[in-house]
Amino acid sequence: MDLLHNLSLGFGIAFTAQNLLYAFFGCILGTLIGVLPGLGPIATIAMLLPSIYSLEATPALIMLAGIYYGAQYGGSTTAILINVPGESSSVVTAIDGYQMARQGRAGAALAAAGLGSFFAGCVGTIIIAAFAPPLTELAFKFGPAEYFALMTLGLVGAVVLASGSLLKAISMIFMGLLLAQINTDVISGVARYADLPYLQFTPTFGWATLNFPELTDGINFVVIAMGVFGFGEIIANLGQPEESREVFTKEVKGLWPTKKDFQQAWPAVMRGTALGSILGVLPGGGALLASFAAYTVEKKIAGSSGRFGKGDIRGVAGPESANNAGAQTSFIPMLTLGIPPNAVMALMVGAMTIKGIQPGPQVMTANPELFWGLIASMWVGNAMLVILNLPLIGIWIKLLTVPYRFLFPAITLFCCIGVYTLNNNNFDVYSTAFFAVVGYIFYKLKCEPAPLLLGFILGPMMEENLRRALLLSRGEWSTFVTRPLSAGLLAAAALLIVIVLLPSIKNKREEAFQED
Amino acid sequence: MKIKNQQDFFSGLMFLVVGLLFAFGGSDYAMGSSIKPGPGYFPMILSVITALLGVAVIFTSLTVEVEGGGKIGAFAWRPLIIIVFAIAMFGFALPRFGLIITVPLLTIVVSFAGREFGWVGVLITSAVLTVFAWLVFVVGLNLTIPLWPAFLG
Repeated sequence: MDLLHNLSLGFGIAFTAQNLLYAFFGCILGTLIGVLPGLGPIATIAMLLPSIYSLEATPALIMLAGIYYGAQYGGSTTAILINVPGESSSVVTAIDGYQMARQGRAGAALAAAGLGSFFAGCVGTIIIAAFAPPLTELAFKFGPAEYFALMTLGLVGAVVLASGSLLKAISMIFMGLLLAQINTDVISGVARYADLPYLQFTPTFGWATLNFPELTDGINFVVIAMGVFGFGEIIANLGQPEESREVFTKEVKGLWPTKKDFQQAWPAVMRGTALGSILGVLPGGGALLASFAAYTVEKKIAGSSGRFGKGDIRGVAGPESANNAGAQTSFIPMLTLGIPPNAVMALMVGAMTIKGIQPGPQVMTANPELFWGLIASMWVGNAMLVILNLPLIGIWIKLLTVPYRFLFPAITLFCCIGVYTLNNNNFDVYSTAFFAVVGYIFYKLKCEPAPLLLGFILGPMMEENLRRALLLSRGEWSTFVTRPLSAGLLAAAALLIVIVLLPSIKNKREEAFQED
Repeated sequence: MKIKNQQDFFSGLMFLVVGLLFAFGGSDYAMGSSIKPGPGYFPMILSVITALLGVAVIFTSLTVEVEGGGKIGAFAWRPLIIIVFAIAMFGFALPRFGLIITVPLLTIVVSFAGREFGWVGVLITSAVLTVFAWLVFVVGLNLTIPLWPAFLG
């Protein structure tokens, strides 16, 4: 069996002392930032990127991966105990998890989240191991037209699953794609949009342009992510009246769920895992969408028998399993195709590039020890996280008692340092300040920023593949529909749009997103 | 004509303006043709679509009634201005004055954005964060962040 052989190779690498240590470090750090609201895996990985120059590629990626899925575990702890999701993917967990905590069942909720996540993590790891090789085979058949079609499908997926107005979500994607056009054109070498207009008073009054050489490399997506998500959120938080936060620390005694809890949670875990695994693979998918979708599904299945919103364990088990499964399987498009499906994966691509590894289908054959070692380490990391999160929950709870007025200066500082160390220049910091304003405007206008970021990340790759496909087909746009693989992917994208626009689905979709 | 959804109206306006700005800004770049697309090809397609989408969003905001009128509500000016100023100040100060001065400065300025402000708490926070940042980023991760002010050599 190839799969067994590959996995044993991977486990051999994951179980070396050095790699275990880095996986452990990544998991602890991930849990820590997951518990702290406002400091996410993006800021953390960005801060750590410069330091991985001195590491080997495998332990470096193992550590960064640990941060990502560790954050999924940590995020649920705060969601359950203080109704503040530490990670955006735990937003729905807070709904029922917090209610359970108020009823003195915090232990059961934490256990359902932890064990569900562990199960999902194991399944996710197996799915990556099983599906990555055939997908890699397929990826070698991909030409530019197929890559373009696949990314289109991913963007459509992001729109469909975004909350709120479809039209606005599509517009946000296009705005993201446009922002990504501020760079140097890879094919002709022309610097685009590096001259910004300003109003000139002397010697003559009127518009003039100022050249920003920093913009010729494009805006770093960490700048946008940090400005829009990190700082935009801090400003929005501070603008709201302080809620009285109750921390349910004393009640966390019986960690073990009752038999009834088990019976209810188990099927939800299975469904969440399945849903999360599928949504994670889609470009534009990942942990966040998986958890939202799982909550909706659980609510639908439970019907009137559910106590959703009042502390139903299924509302914790389903989304938590889904976000962890999604976090795992979102490695698939990155590892097999070199397409980052979300911002964290884009950072992983950046980390691989730093270590001189070109992400794409060739990674599996050229660096098998990295590829399989990383996958095996995910299982190891998930096992560590269960231990870190369930018996040691008390340590993390201590952190939650720190008031926000001490937390947000720390978060601001870490984000600033993270941005500065990207290129050791302060232009990036100024740009982040600009995008903090933009993020707050998005928040006020109810424009969801996730599609914008995805559009921004995929923008340059889409342009390059579009232009290459047109060059190869001698300018025939029909190349996208005459090549079977590309046509299939585009048909799937079109189908998705049609389904969402059907009146009955449209209403349900709006219903589903209205709860939070 | 009455705006029926304030948030959507201004979102649409934003998309329209951004689309137009990119279209004008990119009009100098060679378009090429579909056989050999130039550097201006993709940006122009995107700008036009973004602007059109903006018009569509504006149109719906004027025609479709929503509950509450999609009001934007009051801006949180204080945290907005203080946080943005603090970030920019950090970018200006770090290469010039080093970590030792910039971190306490940032912590103190940013704390004014909060709802409550007490000098004792803020000073303790800034001291703790400065030591922490030095330990983690300079000693631990070995990042190239200036520690002392540039004028001290």
